[in-house]
Amino acid sequence: MYDVIIIGAGVSGSAAARELSRYNVKVCVLEKSEDVCCGTSKANSGIVHAGYDAAPGSLMAKLNVQGNRMMGQLSKELEFPFQRKGSLVVCRSKEELPVLMRLKEQGEENGVEGLEILNPEQALALEPNLTEQVEAALYAPTAGIVCPFGLNIALAENACENGVEFHFDTEVESIEKVNRGFLLKTDSGDYRARYVVNAAGVYADVFHNMVSSRKLHITPRKGEYFLLDKGAGDHVSRTIFALPGKLGKGVLVTPTVHGNLLVGPTAADIENKEGTNTTGDGLAAISEKAGQNVRNLPLKKVITSFAGLRAHEDGHDFIIEEAEDAPGFIDCAGIESPGLTSAPAVGLRIAEILREKMRLQQKPDFQGQRKGILNPELFSMEERNRLIQEQPAYGHIICRCEMISEGEILDAIHRPLGARSLDGVKRRTRAGMGRCQAGFCSPRTMEILARELGVSMEEITKAGGGSGLIVGTNKDVL
Amino acid sequence: MEKYDIVIIGGGPAGLAAAVAARKAGTKSILILERDRELGGILNQCIHNGFGLHTFQEELTGPEYAARFEAQVLELGIEYRLNTMVMDISREKLITAMNRERGMYQIQAGAIVLAMGCRERSRGALNIPGYRPAGIYSAGTAQRLVNMEGYMPGRKVVILGSGDIGLIMARRMTLEGAEVKVVAELMPYSGGLKRNIVQCLDDYGIPLKLSHTVTDIKGKERVEGITLAAVDERGKPIPGTEEDYECDTLLLSVGLIPENELSGQMGVELNSVTSGPVVNESLETSVDGVFACGNVLHVHDLVDFVSEEAAMAGKNAAHYVKDYVEKCTEKSSGYGKVISIQPTGGVRYTVPSFIRPENMVDQLTIRFRVGSVYKKCYVSVYIGEERIIHKKRPVMAPGEMEEIKLEKSRLIGCRDYETVRIQIEEA
Repeated sequence: MYDVIIIGAGVSGSAAARELSRYNVKVCVLEKSEDVCCGTSKANSGIVHAGYDAAPGSLMAKLNVQGNRMMGQLSKELEFPFQRKGSLVVCRSKEELPVLMRLKEQGEENGVEGLEILNPEQALALEPNLTEQVEAALYAPTAGIVCPFGLNIALAENACENGVEFHFDTEVESIEKVNRGFLLKTDSGDYRARYVVNAAGVYADVFHNMVSSRKLHITPRKGEYFLLDKGAGDHVSRTIFALPGKLGKGVLVTPTVHGNLLVGPTAADIENKEGTNTTGDGLAAISEKAGQNVRNLPLKKVITSFAGLRAHEDGHDFIIEEAEDAPGFIDCAGIESPGLTSAPAVGLRIAEILREKMRLQQKPDFQGQRKGILNPELFSMEERNRLIQEQPAYGHIICRCEMISEGEILDAIHRPLGARSLDGVKRRTRAGMGRCQAGFCSPRTMEILARELGVSMEEITKAGGGSGLIVGTNKDVL
Repeated sequence: MEKYDIVIIGGGPAGLAAAVAARKAGTKSILILERDRELGGILNQCIHNGFGLHTFQEELTGPEYAARFEAQVLELGIEYRLNTMVMDISREKLITAMNRERGMYQIQAGAIVLAMGCRERSRGALNIPGYRPAGIYSAGTAQRLVNMEGYMPGRKVVILGSGDIGLIMARRMTLEGAEVKVVAELMPYSGGLKRNIVQCLDDYGIPLKLSHTVTDIKGKERVEGITLAAVDERGKPIPGTEEDYECDTLLLSVGLIPENELSGQMGVELNSVTSGPVVNESLETSVDGVFACGNVLHVHDLVDFVSEEAAMAGKNAAHYVKDYVEKCTEKSSGYGKVISIQPTGGVRYTVPSFIRPENMVDQLTIRFRVGSVYKKCYVSVYIGEERIIHKKRPVMAPGEMEEIKLEKSRLIGCRDYETVRIQIEEA
């Protein structure tokens, strides 16, 4: 019996887990995938939005601005990559100027600081590769970029270090209201809890509707992206947005915290909650739209494309509250953009709700600092040599594109909630994320995983489940 | 700080041949830096035969071919370091390297030979739509797993791209017990050697579908199938031609890219066609005393030519070091007389890109590739309006590197900045 079960180890569930780990309360996170950060949280723009997009008064607006304010401090406590680089919304026609002005006013109403309308000269001075058709741009200095994996993993690790249990490969199949709480049946046994936090991303409607008669409906809204080589990373220095349209914020161009350039997303409503495939039409649409606001985009330097699903609820706002007809069932639903930005505030809000209801007491031994995986690239030669002397694995480069050593990979595997798959290693260290897309390092990383986890090469997966990489040995079927 | 006359970046076939030639040309202090755990580079995973016909007049396997050069390196007492990654090279030829034992350290080189080889183009660079499951491998990664480690990456295989590694892997996977269903090629011709199409596909009844590409990848966790479609002359899929193949593996052999990140960082000028450095007749790059050879310079089909090219780079690096020591001065700025080689009329690029006639050997090999398939044609070379070479060729294809030889005696009389044009002419 747990006090609280959180469904989903994405960024919202992990943020809630970390905030709850401040208190004397028994918390368990159930995750259907083999790792944290495997759904919506892993495939998005990695933007920390300033907060001018959401309607004033909405929960989205409030948590966006609050999450943005929390991100700097949090990135220091938990050591994940975050850079407050600023953003521009580009307006290309005089007719649309009122829309841009309205966006600024909306931002100010939401409490966003430092918003400024730039004339074309000012905008081009900041971003020389901006389209020359720019009429005006909304500059938001508080916007930034974050590593979505880094944020999610850091929150989860810190929660784990403070006593939260994480059960992976555990898919919730049904939820029943029972005496003093809930019974959750999963594909690996039954779980009981007094309270449930439903942070299931695109599946949050499914779980909500199991216990409540006031139905939710979430549409997976697909966004496809191109990731470009680091050689293109400085094409722009800030996030460049189009003027927002009906389906969202349009195709953006942004540097990433790792120095790549990211272009996307598209927006297409689909039925399939697992539909993370890219499409010919989607990729063509990015190519077509990407150049509207930024000139000379080097789309030949694409190293990979991917798609993510936004959890769009019909009401288009975050739903973070106790379900009216299911006391003890706390929804965290409809977390679409700016969900990543808002995550720290989302976690806080969920913890507040539960703290009040459960009269939670602070734990004196809560440890809010988390050590990230080292980034030896930032070290001086002396520091690096000291590190290699202590741990020679840091002298052995495995991923030659991103220059990631065996030391970082070993750390990723052996830290709390460590990596168990190629993708797990990749999200934690960037090994395999570079221009050769793991061509050279995947056999090496697989070997390290097998050795360190004490399993055979046949058991090593790309991302858990049925994603095995090796099917047998030579001539074994002959 | 350590100092070496010549540091060679990469211990594959190019690096080994360059080292041997540099030593034979008289340089004593040579160091090879290799990132992998043995010398020989990609040859170690090429366990098929067909190597060495030009160099040794024998058919060797890749590891055997590499072993011949490794033996010379050992015999000549040339120093090498394994598991060592070069992190950075400065214009002043200060090399920053790293390994477990020595940590991060610097070496000052008198001359450098770039021999880092190439990498395979990945799925991402092709924008193939679909899921991103396990079971998508570049052909070379699969080759390493099967040939060096004994692991099968899959049972039912579709191969996209008819580059040589893809063709070789079609045969290898078949021999190891997998079913290779089809090899699809975007272009209307194969990117591989004719002999590989015959020996690796035809002999095993594996179909080659030209002008086809993959338009969808199915399976969320592991590849479950792919869709092939015919493409039009611009390479766009033609609706209605889709065919589904059930498979658990997609191998990609869709092009090789010279690995010039280090070269680019040190300011070496790169050729946008080859993605390799722009070099002169001595295979010297735009940075003084930095030479390039093998697949980092331009992608080769046959290792014999890599060895030949690398030997020239190694010898020239040795000469550079000797001149430098004897004269005790920087090389005078400017190259003297410079003749540029202009690829036109079907020739995509040449290596080298320009020639200083005073520095060239009596007969200089110019290597190049054509942009499409030509039958019964001529390779013509012009100086100004004068045609100096007119050589008949029955067939030329982008997948086969070509060469011609230029005579020093013909170029020595050229005016400065005159160009030599190489072009393909119909018969």
